[in-house]
Amino acid sequence: MEGRPSATIGLNSEHQLTTEAEIVLEARDLTRTYRRGNEEVHAVNGVSLTVRRGEFISCTGPSGSGKTTLLNLLGCLDNPNAGELTLAGRGIFGQGNNLSERRLTRIRRELFGYVFQNFHLIPTLTVRENVLLPLAFYRKPGLDGEADKLLTQLGLGHRLHHLPGQISGGEMQRVAIARALVNRPQILLADEPTGNLDSKRTDEIGEVLRELNRNAGLTLIMVTHNPRIAGLAGRIVEMRDGRIYEG
Amino acid sequence: MTRFRIAYRNLQRKKTRTLLTFSGIALSAWVLVSLLGFNRGYENALNRDVDNLGYQLMVMAKGCPYEAATMMLQGGTGFRYINETWLDSLRADPEIAGVTPILMQAYFDPNAGENGGIVGYFGVEAASFPAMKPFLRFHQGGWFGNGNAAEAVMGFEAAELEQRKVGDRILVPERNVELTVVGILERTGTQDDGIIFVPLRKLQEIAGTDKITTVGIKVKHDGDTAALERRLYQLPDVQVVSFSQVKQTIMKLISTARVMVLAIATIALLIAMAGVANTILMSVLERLPEIGVLKTMGAMPGDLFALVWMETLILCAGGGIAGIGLSFALARATAAWVRRILPYAPRGGLVEIDLGMAGATLAVIVGVGLISGLLPAWKAARVRPLDSIRSIN
Repeated sequence: MEGRPSATIGLNSEHQLTTEAEIVLEARDLTRTYRRGNEEVHAVNGVSLTVRRGEFISCTGPSGSGKTTLLNLLGCLDNPNAGELTLAGRGIFGQGNNLSERRLTRIRRELFGYVFQNFHLIPTLTVRENVLLPLAFYRKPGLDGEADKLLTQLGLGHRLHHLPGQISGGEMQRVAIARALVNRPQILLADEPTGNLDSKRTDEIGEVLRELNRNAGLTLIMVTHNPRIAGLAGRIVEMRDGRIYEG
Repeated sequence: MTRFRIAYRNLQRKKTRTLLTFSGIALSAWVLVSLLGFNRGYENALNRDVDNLGYQLMVMAKGCPYEAATMMLQGGTGFRYINETWLDSLRADPEIAGVTPILMQAYFDPNAGENGGIVGYFGVEAASFPAMKPFLRFHQGGWFGNGNAAEAVMGFEAAELEQRKVGDRILVPERNVELTVVGILERTGTQDDGIIFVPLRKLQEIAGTDKITTVGIKVKHDGDTAALERRLYQLPDVQVVSFSQVKQTIMKLISTARVMVLAIATIALLIAMAGVANTILMSVLERLPEIGVLKTMGAMPGDLFALVWMETLILCAGGGIAGIGLSFALARATAAWVRRILPYAPRGGLVEIDLGMAGATLAVIVGVGLISGLLPAWKAARVRPLDSIRSIN
């Protein structure tokens, strides 16, 4: 029988929604352009966005509108051409300075967890080992037993020693979520997390993400095409032609 | 969760490909260790064989025949003699382990063969000669009782030709002296098979001389044979015959063959390592998106470099150990096979492998393997997560 996520998903006090709702991410006039032949494409065009701790933001919009590019800039996977980005009070990009891949990696592993459409679990590692994988490269202190706790909370306690090929798509995405959370990130970035799932599994993952935000106070930015899943977020922004629209 | 486990599990993804690469390395290691072992074993066996000749040097008067064939051709004439007084000065030489005096004689026996033939006699000391030739084994009987006994020990072919056995009495032609056969040697494959050995004093008495023709010299193991030869050449009217020259000639031939074989083994090793590079590089290219995701998790370029290098290390060390184990297990079979195909193989073990050799080979394989893993590891380290995420999407 497939396990269900527990009714309340809790992380640690770090993630509890604070009443003051401090700003954890602030983007100002972020711009990212690409060259496609002789044409210059403004994938993200002067986007400003403020994210407070404990917010759940959905980013929607048509294909090619710049959602994923924006998520990559916010998640320090890419350098902007212009604009500023401040994370947890630290200025990351600004005055046109580009950070090295090494610096970006340090920032990413401190602040972010990432969930992708295609799960990207290692097929020869068990569910538990996949979740433990990030700790082989970077480990914040006091994380003993974190993987097992997360997997149990996500309803995968009975799947610890299964290989990814032996579990469903929804379970694989829950494993990927646990992997993203094992180092206790401040912000979870999810790029089309339900894009490869049927409607039942989509609802299941949507519920997991909402639980993480509501009960654990995790800050969450999600890119999705699915309006039902987008509706779970407390705040919805829309991207069109590289610009952001809200409300 | 250790990086070793991650690397090990990565190798398990394409089991057939990993197994083939692993087998290639194991075969290379097996060939390399077996060849090194053969090189050492053959050299040692050849050394033992040459040592078993007893003496490495023979000293005799210039112009004196020293081979049985020459003796026969000259019809037993032309012997030149040296005084036994030389023996004391030779025994005192620090390079020399032992000396044995020999008197060579050849007599025409009209009853030998259809038209008669020359029979070779060696007068030797029962005290010093057998010690020089420890490989001599008796088919029947044993050595003479005392230095002046009218006794003889016959080489295997000499006894076979005359249908002699222990206890028979033989007549020394031309001298009409009777000797009792007290021993018949086993076949040695050397000229000793055709010789009749007589106590030195008895043969001197028969020949009517108090001199000898030859001194056999055994050089100490750590002795400098070449230096000793040079010293002996300084002596007037003396010629020196060296078996070490024979050994050196054989070893030169073996060295030539060894260089060729090692070159082939090196090529086999390089091909195996190209296989390693190919396997790991393919594995990295197939996993680029995943490697990018590892970077989003916090893996630094050095972490990924180390992870891919770890895969190379596991593959090379595992294959190397398996191949070396195989070479230990099959050492006897390899030696038997080599013995069958070689025109001449010395006695004893032809393949000698030890842990030092195995360790050195493993170090070479792992070292070369790690070099071949540099490119894939570098590629993995340079993956940009954004590129990999784009490829996912």
